[in-house]
Amino acid sequence: MTTDLQTPASPAPSVSLWRQAARTLLADKGSMTALAVLCIIVLACLLAPLYAHYVAHTDAFASNVAGSIVLNGHEVDIMQPNDNPLHLGLSPIGPTGHTAYLLGADSQGRDIAARLLYGGRNSLMISACAAVLCLFLSTLVGVTAGYFGGITDSILSRLMDIMWAVPVYLFAISLSIITVRHGLQIGPFTIEADNLLIPIIIIALVYVPYAARPVRGRVMVLRQAEFVTAARCLGVPQWRVLLFDILPNVLITLVVLGPLLMALSLLAESALSFLSLGVQAPAASWGTMIQDGEGLIYSRPVVAIAPGLAIVFVVLALNILGDGLRDALDIRNATRRSR
Amino acid sequence: MLSAFLRRVGQTLIVLFGISVLVFLVFFATPGADPTARIAGRNASPQTMEKVRHEYGFDRPLPFQYATMMKKLFITRDLTSYANRGEQVVPEIIQAAPVTLSLVCGSAVIWLIVSVAMGTLAAAMKGSWVDRTLIMLGLVGISMPVFWLGQVANLISLSRYHDTWLFSWVPGPGYVPLTQNPLAWFKALVIPWCVLAVMFIGIYSRILRADLVALAQEDFMRTARAKGLSPARILVFHGLRTSAITYVSLFGLDFAQLLGGGALLTEVVFGLPGVGRLTYQALTNLDLPLIMATVMYSATFVVLANAVVDILYILLDPRVRDGR
Amino acid sequence: MAVNFPHSTSQPLLEVKDLCVSIPSYGRSVALIEHISFTLREREILGLVGESGSGKSVTATAIMGLLDTPGLKITGSVRFRGQELVGLSARKMRAIRGRDIAMIFQDPMTAFTPVYTVGWQIDEQIMAHERLSRKQARERTVQLLAEMGVPDPTRTANRYPHQLSGGLRQRAVIAMALSCNPTLLIADEPTTALDVTVQAQILELISTLRDTHGSSVLLITHDMGVVAETCDSVMVLYSGRIAETGLAEALFAHPRHPYTTALLNSIPPFYGERPHRLPAIAGTPPAPHERPAGCAFSPRCHDAQTICSTIPPLSPAGNGQQAACFFSTSGQQEH
Ligand SMILES: Nc1ncnc2c1ncn2[C@@H]1O[C@H](COP(=O)(O)OP(=O)(O)OP(=O)(O)O)[C@@H](O)[C@H]1O
Ligand SMILES: [Mg+2]
Repeated sequence: MTTDLQTPASPAPSVSLWRQAARTLLADKGSMTALAVLCIIVLACLLAPLYAHYVAHTDAFASNVAGSIVLNGHEVDIMQPNDNPLHLGLSPIGPTGHTAYLLGADSQGRDIAARLLYGGRNSLMISACAAVLCLFLSTLVGVTAGYFGGITDSILSRLMDIMWAVPVYLFAISLSIITVRHGLQIGPFTIEADNLLIPIIIIALVYVPYAARPVRGRVMVLRQAEFVTAARCLGVPQWRVLLFDILPNVLITLVVLGPLLMALSLLAESALSFLSLGVQAPAASWGTMIQDGEGLIYSRPVVAIAPGLAIVFVVLALNILGDGLRDALDIRNATRRSR
Repeated sequence: MLSAFLRRVGQTLIVLFGISVLVFLVFFATPGADPTARIAGRNASPQTMEKVRHEYGFDRPLPFQYATMMKKLFITRDLTSYANRGEQVVPEIIQAAPVTLSLVCGSAVIWLIVSVAMGTLAAAMKGSWVDRTLIMLGLVGISMPVFWLGQVANLISLSRYHDTWLFSWVPGPGYVPLTQNPLAWFKALVIPWCVLAVMFIGIYSRILRADLVALAQEDFMRTARAKGLSPARILVFHGLRTSAITYVSLFGLDFAQLLGGGALLTEVVFGLPGVGRLTYQALTNLDLPLIMATVMYSATFVVLANAVVDILYILLDPRVRDGR
Repeated sequence: MAVNFPHSTSQPLLEVKDLCVSIPSYGRSVALIEHISFTLREREILGLVGESGSGKSVTATAIMGLLDTPGLKITGSVRFRGQELVGLSARKMRAIRGRDIAMIFQDPMTAFTPVYTVGWQIDEQIMAHERLSRKQARERTVQLLAEMGVPDPTRTANRYPHQLSGGLRQRAVIAMALSCNPTLLIADEPTTALDVTVQAQILELISTLRDTHGSSVLLITHDMGVVAETCDSVMVLYSGRIAETGLAEALFAHPRHPYTTALLNSIPPFYGERPHRLPAIAGTPPAPHERPAGCAFSPRCHDAQTICSTIPPLSPAGNGQQAACFFSTSGQQEH
């Protein structure tokens, strides 16, 4: 354990601060493992089409209820007689242990392994975009409220309080249900109901109060800081103060919030998709896949468990990374808390 | 004291008003389709459309629509669901409330006990493998989608290991009222309680640990050590008691959010006919009045809980008692 | 209050020998304090002075066994009534803390746990060390508060820390420290956070403790004026090392270490004409990890010579004083 004996008070985060943080982070085994896991999962999802075409030779989207595959020289039906005592109905093939249908099929006879990768693309894309959009909006709100203070701050803070009083998922559900059938029309722009932008915007919106508060807090502290006062006294224009003194410091908060927000967004996206309010068929996400597996939970649990595990791994990795970043950049109380 | 109280009431009212406006705008002013169609539900006849338009005043300006809506929700309480055979919304919610209350209260007890134990233990053993294990467990807890965890719990307790002594007592999904059969009520809810509690145990043990660790740097903790008190006494009487202030305030809010429908996913997975599942059923047939009502009620809960938390704060923190 | 305490034995109450505290930092070990040795007799008041960062608090907390930074290493010996404290088991140390050795910290504002009444917290300490009922403990608490000059002690005991003024709070802190009749009281800058009139009252209170309670006091301060008024003997620390020790009067009359001289020059004289500008010591003391080789004061010393690049030993300098300066014996440091 090393202890910093005297940390000089530096005005703006210098390059060395970031370098120092990077060094701390690189030395943190937990964070590095998490980062590696994330990279592998992202890469795998990006390679989904290659996997489907060249490895599994299956189609992740077309229903394949009547099909069959060849395993160990035998032709096997994808939908098989149920192995429950009554032998009623058909259930999809379980994990095969071969490249084709590695994890078995879902109720539509589609390859789960391939779908997992395709679904991951949507889940990861939506959560990453939602996190970025949310950070952007929160910065806008937080910096405005924190920097200008007074009545602007009161109004914005009250607004955030009001938004935060509605349970996050319920809020997201309400917004989704409004848009799920007819999409969204903002002036001349129309966003179709099945556009992935809709879940992205909704998730980003509902987490704005969560992220805006730490940003605002940070800006409030900075506004009082000596170097900002000094810059103001020197007659530096406001936009320059905001851009060169405030924003670089806020960036620290944003970097720490980023992974945590993405984790929250991923959970929210999966919940919405699970309720059929997020990603719309035929597109898949890990949330819709869990829903697909709900009916098969007792006969073919892997259908729901596999995407769930994928979510757990990614969210866990993101949380670990977020913790590591927070420790490396050493801002306490920057995050309100996860919900 | 009285003026502080009145100011608090005033603030509560403002926030309540703000929330009602927000919910109203979300449901009736989101750009897109005609709100009449949304209220009337799928495949509504032109007569129904006309009736709805008139009833909610969609042919009148927005403030009038807002007033009508509030009247229907809180005064006449005759908000009617069109999608669901003209069922009145408010009584339905009141009927579902005890289920949600049972679920959330039991779960809260579990998460309170376990998170306090975990957070305190981790803080007391800071840096040891016990601490690291507990941190990791907490992280796993907040990383699991609750609906998925519920499915896995069902799979384990109702199918895979149902025949073993461990889970043979677990009844199928569903709810039994407490007044009808307390034991069955308990059995039906144990697993949902635990599943719902998992995420909150993760959140709260992390918060508590961080709080206690930060408190350890405080002067008064050093004083307590200089007094020659035992570590356990310092941790509980000085650390935990001081942390309780933050803990309780957060706890109150989460508790209220869950009561107000935040437990939706858990209720759906375990087939518990609470407020959350009511909302879910409303979702499946796009029953807008019902959803709006639940959202409004839950937000009201949260705001009122906020006020209660403030009172608890006053009881817990002597500084607040005098100040303000 | 007449307290019976064992009359002084020939044995010193506290004997610190070669106390070193070091901490690992970026792969090397950095000494926060080095080779601190001193003795404290019964009813003696020893002043520990030095600039901010000189290691006063580290010395005091090391004696109390309250240093718990991970990786921190304490070597040397601290003997309290003949009992070795360094390496003593946590349980035994706990029994001594608060009962035999009590400590007062710098800031009375934050010394009490905010959620309990002052009386409750004093009761707590009494009950931790003695078998008394809460009622009996409270009686003692009220009595102590009264002795410390707290007006209306019964009511004050039932008030929360934030409801008391700084002076009252510091009195309550001292009452708490004295609640089990400690033989040694360590006061770490007990007056720094208070305003001047209250400061004088608190110091007065502390200097009478040896008569009323028979306690010895280790008084930490960075104020030479306070030392002159209250202490029997003085130890001057500079950058974690002893610069000079001796009886207060002798040391004030003839400082042997240039640092002591500089410290004394930087306080206004008690009598005579005030200089219109007080000389300050140029520069700042080095942080533990950038302490120069040799005499730590040499970079700021007017009389530094080549020999100062080796560490000067603490050597007798007449009058019972000891100084860590190669030029101390000649006694030619006055400017
Ligand atoms: N736990 C610790 N870990 C690392 N460094 C420490 C620790 N405690 C103290 N230090 C360092 O040791 C040096 C001496 O600190 P100390 O608190 O004893 O100074 P002091 O003489 O009491 O000063 P002040 O008058 O400001 O109270 C400082 O440079 C401080 O940064
Ligand atoms: Mg100090």
